[in-house]
Amino acid sequence: MEKFTTLQSKAIPLQIENVDTDQIIPARFLKATDRKGFGDNLFRDWRYHKDGTVNTDFVLNDARYSGKILVAGDNFGCGSSREHAAWAITDFGFKVVVSSFFADIFKGNALNNGLLPVQVSEKFLSDILQLIGSNPETELIVNLEKQTISVKDSDLSENFEIDAYKKTCMINGYDDIDYLVNNKELIEAFEAQKIY
Amino acid sequence: MGKTLFDKVWDAHVVDAIDNGPQILYIDKHLIHEVTSPQAFNELEERGIPIFRPNQIVATADHNTPTLNQDKPVKDALSRKQLEQLSENCKKNNITLYQLGHKYNGIVHVMAPELGVTQPGLTMVCGDSHTSTHGAFGAIAFGIGTSQVAQVFASQCLLLTKPKSLRVTVNGKLKKGVLPKDVILYIISKLGTNSGTGYFCEYAGNVFEEMSMEGRMTVCNMSIEMGARGGMIAPDDTTFNYIKGRKFAPEGEAFDKKVAYWKTLPTDADASFDKEYSFDAEDIEPMITYGTNPGMGIKISEAIPEDENPSFKKSLAYMDFKAGERLVDKPINYVFIGSCTNSRIEDFRVAAQYIKGKKKADNVTAWLVPGSKQVEHQIIEEGLKTIFDEAGFELRQPGCSACLAMNDDKIPQGEYCVSTSNRNFEGRQGQGSRTILASPLVAAATAVEGKIIDITKHLN
Repeated sequence: MEKFTTLQSKAIPLQIENVDTDQIIPARFLKATDRKGFGDNLFRDWRYHKDGTVNTDFVLNDARYSGKILVAGDNFGCGSSREHAAWAITDFGFKVVVSSFFADIFKGNALNNGLLPVQVSEKFLSDILQLIGSNPETELIVNLEKQTISVKDSDLSENFEIDAYKKTCMINGYDDIDYLVNNKELIEAFEAQKIY
Repeated sequence: MGKTLFDKVWDAHVVDAIDNGPQILYIDKHLIHEVTSPQAFNELEERGIPIFRPNQIVATADHNTPTLNQDKPVKDALSRKQLEQLSENCKKNNITLYQLGHKYNGIVHVMAPELGVTQPGLTMVCGDSHTSTHGAFGAIAFGIGTSQVAQVFASQCLLLTKPKSLRVTVNGKLKKGVLPKDVILYIISKLGTNSGTGYFCEYAGNVFEEMSMEGRMTVCNMSIEMGARGGMIAPDDTTFNYIKGRKFAPEGEAFDKKVAYWKTLPTDADASFDKEYSFDAEDIEPMITYGTNPGMGIKISEAIPEDENPSFKKSLAYMDFKAGERLVDKPINYVFIGSCTNSRIEDFRVAAQYIKGKKKADNVTAWLVPGSKQVEHQIIEEGLKTIFDEAGFELRQPGCSACLAMNDDKIPQGEYCVSTSNRNFEGRQGQGSRTILASPLVAAATAVEGKIIDITKHLN
């Protein structure tokens, strides 16, 4: 897994709530058997019309916006457990997703793929959405070590929560498999004396 | 202080805990399917890690399978490759697979309970969010991502932080025509799509105690639609009687011993929950959804509410509905009865009972997709197929089908589909399709009338 420490980047504002993983990557693109290339179909049915032409109203097609941070409305990543959603977002080039609320499975999938979900207050979210909306050059600074997200050249800043273990994994690029495989003896001992 | 059902099962599966971090949770049963497993198999192979406990894994092909001509090679090349890869991976690793055409093949959450794989007190996972279904038996069951599928392959464990506890109680007498699907759609319409995030939910009260296992599975299935990772119902005689005699159920003395243990699992009277809600059964009516998330539900006779939220308005625009509008009498051209929510025998019995002696409306395409080969056989054996055939409904072969439209079972652009599935997200049933979630009874009535009707007025 790729390591993550800090990131300073412009951001893309996606002002929609309850973005489900079917929108992030529609089911018809889940037929691949590897993890690559899903970025091409990220938000496919919002980025393109059914006839394949580009939907110029959608923010990802708005040339004013760019960056490695996606800022989205409340309850991001709900619905299907498909990890393809996290693969599509990272493959497209994002390193951080900011929202006021994340669905459980998506959050776990993101962390397992070096994509940092940053949960902020509704007030902070609405402030940064407004700032980015009015000035697409606005840059955000995410510091995982300090657990802060701030707006460059402003006082706007907030702390975010992350599980201490997951933080260590993100900073060092570790994943859970290494940890679990190294604890096989404990697992075998558990199996030998299961109470149920 | 007493323990909840969830606490008892969780605590019995904790192998170890990391200081200030997650716990190592042991997983008893791992269900896999063709779509979310290939990358996990690849990862283990690349890292040279063997599958730790292949005999605790059960595989089926369901998401990406055709529902016609299952005896012929799958036409779509990518789908065929995905199915072949599942077969190869299972063969290579000695994993039991019920592939397309096998007598036990079916949707993962229909197949495992009917084979007796699902049992109280177990921990179960699958790379599918509707794994919450199995909680109907008093198991801790939840959906996982593909990285976690690989973790369970490698160690039969997951690193998890224990979720908080939530209890939803519904007491009272359900009205005529109100099915388990209506109960869960009602709960989600009241609580919203993220009220359960971070929680595991227990459903309690006489309404769930009196439900069949099929009904309990419908309820637990949709726990994820309010954000909860899983839902559970205390195991009781209904549970034990359902399991007894099934293929993988313990037998004789072993069964009795298990039952004695399962009887210790229900929540203690003095246990407390982090969050509680309770509802009156008599307030529940047949439900339908009008928007693009399962929380956007109303009683079938109600009008769509007003809301100034831009996401709410975007949702109504997608559905081409207006605030204040009623959906009764809305013409509907597509009806789908199927999915891991409502494709069990009881669902088809309810539909057949309503349909018997009636005809499908000419404008309607009505697909009936059983959850498994076993359900398909039962439909034929019980004579339900004859009723469906005579009424002009199309009984297809088992699979996830139009619930997520990965195969050819797609609802055309702009069309409404009254569907017994679990998600009404934009394009879920095909690009531009518009899904209205409902019970099998409402779906059957819609197909017969060619429009949405207030079912409550047709039952008395």
